[in-house]
Amino acid sequence: MSQTFDPAILIAQIKDKLGIGDDKVYAVMGEFAEPEDLVKAGRAIRDMGYTKIDAMTPFPVHGIDEAIGVPYSKIGWIAICGALAGITTAQVLIYYVGAIDYPLIIGGKPLFDFTYSIPPTFELAVLFTAITTFLCTWGLSGLPRLYHPSMNYRNAHRASDDRFLLVVEADDPKFDAQKTAQDMRSVGANDVEVVEG
Amino acid sequence: MSAVVQDPQLMVVNPPLVQGATDLHDLTDQISSVVEAKVYETPLKYWITLAFTGSIVLLLGAMLTYLVNTGIGVWGNNRPIGWAWDITNFVFWIGIGHAGTLISAILFLFRQKWRTSINRSAEAMTLFAVMCAGIFPLFHTGRPWRAFYWLFPIPNTDLNIWQNFRSPLIWDVFAVSTYFTVSLLFWFTGLVPDLATLRDRATSKIRQVVFGILSLGWRGSARHWRHYEQAYLILAGISTPLVLSVHSVVSFDFATSVIPGWHTTIFPPYFVAGAIFSGFACVMTLLLIARWTLNLQNLITIKHLDNMNKIILVTGSVVGYAYCTEFFIAWYSGDIYERFTFLNRAFGPYWWAAWSMYTCNVFIPQLYWFRKMRTNLWVMFIISITTNIGMWFERFVIIATSLTRDFLPSSWGYFSPTWVDICTFIGTIGLFLTLFLLFARFLPMIAMSEVKGVASIEKHSFAGQVEGSPSHR
Repeated sequence: MSQTFDPAILIAQIKDKLGIGDDKVYAVMGEFAEPEDLVKAGRAIRDMGYTKIDAMTPFPVHGIDEAIGVPYSKIGWIAICGALAGITTAQVLIYYVGAIDYPLIIGGKPLFDFTYSIPPTFELAVLFTAITTFLCTWGLSGLPRLYHPSMNYRNAHRASDDRFLLVVEADDPKFDAQKTAQDMRSVGANDVEVVEG
Repeated sequence: MSAVVQDPQLMVVNPPLVQGATDLHDLTDQISSVVEAKVYETPLKYWITLAFTGSIVLLLGAMLTYLVNTGIGVWGNNRPIGWAWDITNFVFWIGIGHAGTLISAILFLFRQKWRTSINRSAEAMTLFAVMCAGIFPLFHTGRPWRAFYWLFPIPNTDLNIWQNFRSPLIWDVFAVSTYFTVSLLFWFTGLVPDLATLRDRATSKIRQVVFGILSLGWRGSARHWRHYEQAYLILAGISTPLVLSVHSVVSFDFATSVIPGWHTTIFPPYFVAGAIFSGFACVMTLLLIARWTLNLQNLITIKHLDNMNKIILVTGSVVGYAYCTEFFIAWYSGDIYERFTFLNRAFGPYWWAAWSMYTCNVFIPQLYWFRKMRTNLWVMFIISITTNIGMWFERFVIIATSLTRDFLPSSWGYFSPTWVDICTFIGTIGLFLTLFLLFARFLPMIAMSEVKGVASIEKHSFAGQVEGSPSHR
């Protein structure tokens, strides 16, 4: 390898060798230097009728979700299910252990009582919520993954540094490589590129 | 990013949280360069310190091996003081950890933007402190490899017994292990976008692969951030009651007993305030060292330190108030044993420990009423250390003085630590420092993505003020 190692290129080469390589276009991507410009451009692109829009930013840019139409996250509801699972597990465990499998009278206390089961129940509810939330954050984002076609964009590495990228995906019904690239330039994007996937 | 003209009057009242970095790329460079430095580029003083603290970890290993081989008789615990340094150290370390969660979760919920420069290292500190805390109860069992069957409800065939859920000791196991797990998940979640930055900047193959796997393929997509922010909010939301519950449950270990000096309802809030107090002091010690050795003056500003000192003053005063309440209630209760225990605490055989505690925890932090003291680096370094000494003594005083003279004068006794007690505690300090040094060198110590968010907002709010629309951060 002459240059630095690039997993994206390597994977593309392997795909080509195996004959499953596709010349499919992933998206048209462009970059902005300021978050406000990204939000404005995102809104403009959406107003042009595009629907499959994404943005890549080094920090959460507020306003971009509404501008390009990212749906609200449902993690909260899943987390509540996690909490309920934790509460149930703890109550069942403490009841089974104390009242069924190993009943032992200690200090004249009842074999099971809601009051003394509160601390471990609370802790398990928190634990289950945290684990559910953690797994869902990545699961719903389609992670973990080692490769994504957006890595082929020349400035992709700057999305985690100081640039704000706008993406119009090729799945979009209105997508046309030439026309979309033009639209991207018209809303002020720099380094507009048709990215292959 | 263009340079912004800032209103000089506003700058004095409310200086920006991120200084010196002219644009986002500078910020990334400043923070990542520590992680990406070659071995010889890291200051020699760092490696010497690491070697020193690493050798203390070896001491810890030797002490624990000796303990397991011989039995816990090598510690000084004996009747009447059956709980001594081991539980003192356990409560001390757990308390240290609490500031990390407070900074990362509670200050996040209160939208305190100044937390962004310090939250990552505070969270790491939490993890390392809880690890150190766990060593003591685990090794106090004498057979740590069997302890998992005793501590956790795991079905087992050799003992055929279950835990007693009516005991606060098992609640403690649940609280502390949940606390560690949740802190770890929270910390890692916050780390992922920064790991992606390191992956994108990596030039060597090993770094690309390692950070490529650790960053889970994060690409900062708007959809990622939407889930991420929601998840971060939930984790912060559940960590807040969690951190309050952990030290409350730790205090139940004492409060549910009938020992005079332990049997009080004030313990849960009193322990939590003390934990935050000692934790902030410990964050302060570590940050001042990191700020000095790694040149982070632009990111950890005097304003951050000033804010932390204010919290130290508040929690220190809460602790002082709790001491007074304890004495008042001991007198007001009319219980002769309770009264004796508290008089004995201040003027009995452990008077020196009690007065060290009052001095370090209540009197010295009062200096922070003065702005000059809150912004003086030497003063805050010394106070951060005396606070931790004081808080260690607080736990020791509560535990030892309540047990030393119980109801029967014939069974009174005095506890002195053995050399194994002392070396084990020093060993955990070495472990804590070693882990922290490794973290500071090999992972981004400051949350880049969060600082960038704050820097961007600040830039625009200041720009707005110049244009004539005054707004507060």
